[in-house]
Amino acid sequence: MPASPRQRQRRLRISLYAVLGLLAVAAVFVADWERIRFNFLRWDTFLEMFPQVISQAAVNTLVYTLIAFGVGIVLALILAFMRLAPVAPLRWISTVYIEALRSVPALVTILLVAYGIPIAFQWRIPGGLYGIAAIALGGVAGAYMAETIRAGIEAVPRGQREAARSLGMRPSQAMWWIILPQAFRIIVPPLTNEFVLLIKDTSLLYVAGSTPITRELTSFGRAQAQTSRNATPYIVAALAYVVITIPLTWLVRRLERRNARSR
Amino acid sequence: MTNPAIKIDSLHKSFGDLHVLRGIDLEVHEGEVVCVIGPSGSGKSTLLRCVNRLEDPTSGTILIEGEDITDPDADVDAVRTRIGMVFQQFNLFPHLTVLRNLTIAQRKVLGRPESEARRIAEVNLERVGMIDKIDAYPAHLSGGQMQRAAIARALSMNPDMMLFDEPTSALDPELVGEVLDVMRALAGEGMTMMVVTHEMGFAREVADRIMFMDEGLVVEEGPPTQLLVDPRHERTRRFLSMIL
Repeated sequence: MPASPRQRQRRLRISLYAVLGLLAVAAVFVADWERIRFNFLRWDTFLEMFPQVISQAAVNTLVYTLIAFGVGIVLALILAFMRLAPVAPLRWISTVYIEALRSVPALVTILLVAYGIPIAFQWRIPGGLYGIAAIALGGVAGAYMAETIRAGIEAVPRGQREAARSLGMRPSQAMWWIILPQAFRIIVPPLTNEFVLLIKDTSLLYVAGSTPITRELTSFGRAQAQTSRNATPYIVAALAYVVITIPLTWLVRRLERRNARSR
Repeated sequence: MTNPAIKIDSLHKSFGDLHVLRGIDLEVHEGEVVCVIGPSGSGKSTLLRCVNRLEDPTSGTILIEGEDITDPDADVDAVRTRIGMVFQQFNLFPHLTVLRNLTIAQRKVLGRPESEARRIAEVNLERVGMIDKIDAYPAHLSGGQMQRAAIARALSMNPDMMLFDEPTSALDPELVGEVLDVMRALAGEGMTMMVVTHEMGFAREVADRIMFMDEGLVVEEGPPTQLLVDPRHERTRRFLSMIL
């Protein structure tokens, strides 16, 4: 007698569990747990990283993120308005900038800003790593967020602008008091997402070099890994990123649900 | 003699190849209520939207209380404060409470202080029976309540005239009455009104004059007693027979 769909589904589930169980058993017996523990989870190395991993590295990561986000959002607003401008060359400049910085890897942009500009112009970006974060990461974040903001502005129904204008508001007043507040509600979740991506992108700053004081999580982990000759610092750095980003991604989900409800 | 509230001469409006308004002449006098009726696509809403320049006329002139708003140098924003507009979709600002919906333009455009704007808002909410919803957000209102709040918002600018663009077409049938009541009261107070509507009962009762539009032209106009009862044109007759 052929198996019913329900029986077939049950058999599939059982065999999937069986495969998983076998893999787990194999992992336990085959893996060299002592060696893994020694290289990735060394307690003494772990303790050596405190408190600097928090007081310096994590703080620096957040500072670079905030600098880049601050520059990025101002730039993004300007770029978004340029894309919606009645003057065509402004739209072209904005489009070219956005497309260029979205197609180039952030790492290349950082290298260009950190090493290209000083070589070409004999001029170093002021502010060291902070300046590089502002210009390179801020410039990239601005390009991404500009598209988000433009989409948010365009998502506000046309009638809102018409109602504002019919009450005698100038275009700038309608934009500032009526359109932008509504656009921002729409774009807060994607912008928070952008912030999370930016936190992780600050790790790319390690290619620009750093001093013990300016190290962010990744550079710090790398430096520690080199001195202690094991990989535990990378694990600690990774965990620090998780601790920072998980609450934010949770916040994004909440904001998205709230927005979905209020429509 | 004072200028008419609205005076339109040979108004044309095209959207690309689409010739929506094909030569409209009309006058609306102070205190007059004019209802504009006609089949959809006849250009009624476009005509109304030209009156406060939400649409730019292709040619022709529009005088608001004698001021030419089709003049490129005209201060359209200033003229708009004298013209209240009510939309089919209400267009309340969803991020603001009812009170803030009514005060924001008073404060930002007319420069009224907060306390005065609030007082005027309260008077107008009282007028439309919405004072108890003063702190509510639009999302928590019914369609009829939203439209009454939108009317109060327009009134709070102390306009000389009001334009209504199918104000009850987006409402559930049981909510139409409360909005029409507000409009009826407004007409009774002598407000100059131009109303695009499909509510023939309202037009018959409240309008001083009804205009029938079709294919971008005013086919005929007259007092409700004449136009609705004894239309001169075959097209008017056919339209009325379809909807009455």
